[in-house]
Amino acid sequence: MANKITVGHVHMSGCTGCLVSLADTYEGLFKILDDYADLVYGLTLADVRKIPEMDIALVEGGVCLQDHESVEDIKTTRQKAKIVVALGGCASYGNILRFARGGQQNQPQHESYVPIGELIDVDVMIPGCAPTPQQIRNVVVMAYLLLKGTDDQKALAAKYLKPMMDLAKGSKEACFCDLMYDVINQGLCMGCGSCAAACPVRAITMEFGKPNGQRDLCIKCGACYAQCPRSFLDAALLEQYEPITELIQGAMATK
Amino acid sequence: MANILGNYKQVISARTTDREILRGSQDGGIVTALFAYALENNIIDGAIVAGAGDLPWKPEPIIAQTREELLAARKTKYTLSPNLQLLKEATRSYGLDRIGIVGTPCQMQAVRKAQLYPVGMRDVPDKIALAIGIFCMENFPYQSLVQLVEDHTNQKMEAVKKMEIGKGKFSVYTERGALAQIPLKVTHKYEQPGCHVCLDYVANLGDISTGSVGSPDGWSTVFVRSKQGESVWSKAVAAGWFETKPMDQVKPGLDLVNKLATEKITKNQNYLIARGSYGVGKGLRNPYL
Ligand SMILES: Cc1cc2nc3c(=O)[nH]c(=O)nc-3n(C[C@H](O)[C@H](O)[C@H](O)COP(=O)(O)OP(=O)(O)OC[C@H]3O[C@@H](n4cnc5c(N)ncnc54)[C@H](O)[C@@H]3O)c2cc1C
Ligand code: SF4
Ligand code: SF4
Ligand code: SF4
Repeated sequence: MANKITVGHVHMSGCTGCLVSLADTYEGLFKILDDYADLVYGLTLADVRKIPEMDIALVEGGVCLQDHESVEDIKTTRQKAKIVVALGGCASYGNILRFARGGQQNQPQHESYVPIGELIDVDVMIPGCAPTPQQIRNVVVMAYLLLKGTDDQKALAAKYLKPMMDLAKGSKEACFCDLMYDVINQGLCMGCGSCAAACPVRAITMEFGKPNGQRDLCIKCGACYAQCPRSFLDAALLEQYEPITELIQGAMATK
Repeated sequence: MANILGNYKQVISARTTDREILRGSQDGGIVTALFAYALENNIIDGAIVAGAGDLPWKPEPIIAQTREELLAARKTKYTLSPNLQLLKEATRSYGLDRIGIVGTPCQMQAVRKAQLYPVGMRDVPDKIALAIGIFCMENFPYQSLVQLVEDHTNQKMEAVKKMEIGKGKFSVYTERGALAQIPLKVTHKYEQPGCHVCLDYVANLGDISTGSVGSPDGWSTVFVRSKQGESVWSKAVAAGWFETKPMDQVKPGLDLVNKLATEKITKNQNYLIARGSYGVGKGLRNPYL
């Protein structure tokens, strides 16, 4: 297909779990690469050394401030990519990297890791540890429609991506505390349990129908807040869940 | 306020023909019979319902994989059952590929958000096979329910057979046949705060949604909404699982549903606006912006 977009996977300090999630769309990944996107950069995946121009950079991991190459790479990424996506908790919020204190071989002095938003502007955030294959799929399809779709599809994609763009403009910290501050303390929690399901480390239990976070377990991935229906919710968009689901499934259908 | 009743393909009055289910259900046994039908016909592998918890009338979400488990979870518990809590677990520990889930309108919103924005819901989006919404005006923290039942109607929680909200009253039926009622207005201050920003009464985002309002006692009002909902409903009706009546031939009918939905949404929209300037030059957060 001629009208493909170009995508790169930029690997900062991360565990490769985000990349595994991208691959976990299984034949979905082939479909994406066949029909929608050329992978123009990616360690071990594309034989390209220097970060090239691209439409979308999916950045995994945080930036180690003591690693000057990483710092340069993230700046280059910003300069070369039209859309920078913070893929996963580390790129978005620091996630477990927040707990790093250095001392590891063979670079014991590497101890300060920041989410990429501390150094560059980020356009879209996909929280979670790891981000889910289906969330990545939905964003990739929507990003494609935003760049190459019909006018209607562009409008839909813009609406879909807006909350994830708002997240990117918002706080660079994540915690169970987000639910306390912005949902529960604001009188908005209605006890659905989505946050508890979303948490990858089971830090959230439901007590008498309300979430209780064990903050010592929280790794700061941002999934609970983003999943909560009382963080962001575009009712008009949600009402279209059926056609949107069909659109995404249609886009991913393999013959 | 367009579309207060949501999109739907048909609305009918119905009750299940399965006497065993109907006997212990809240209204027309729609939820339990639909899940039982779907389970029997391999449309779902299990359903997330409000099962029994550690205290009387305190629900605990469970994954029902048998008819018996579905039946044991019948009846409305007027307190939070965080059914979404098990949505990811259903695909993992329980290995379900086709999940049924029942929930209030806000929980149906959470289900659809989990499908469109599965931030922390790995492998969930494509596995929702039947989401049944139940109408909902408000919900209560468990401790509120205890206060209403034990302090206001003077009944013991463990002695209660059924609770019901309708016709302006909160009604408590006991195992020994007593009926204790209080006016609904007594209950308002005990509502969970999160309900006051809720803009959905009839679970607009369920595949099917149901409630008692609009239909005669023992019957339910049923909105069939999505393609999947239509498919399951028409097969279940064809298989004789439900008797139905056209909505315009039952009393009080759809007008009452419309009236209550409008009242709820108008009240809560006004509250949302009021929240915007709750302080001095400061407001509380609007979750829909
Ligand atoms: C908090 C609340 C408020 C309601 N308000 C209204 C109203 O204003 N008007 C109206 O017409 N109907 C209302 N309903 C719905 C109504 O009470 C019945 O639940 C509905 O008609 C289904 O009846 P049924 O006979 O089909 O279901 P049943 O066969 O009795 O099955 C009910 C199903 O709902 C599940 N369930 C019970 N309690 C909860 C809960 N708290 N959260 C999630 N799932 C639960 C059960 O586990 C079961 O699977 C409300 C329900 C709830 C939970
Ligand atoms: S509580 Fe869980 S989901 Fe929320 S930020 Fe912490 S680790 Fe992530
Ligand atoms: S997801 Fe949000 S609304 Fe639902 S229980 Fe958690 S904090 Fe409350
Ligand atoms: S009133 Fe709304 S927020 Fe409250 S339980 Fe019912 S559907 Fe949920």
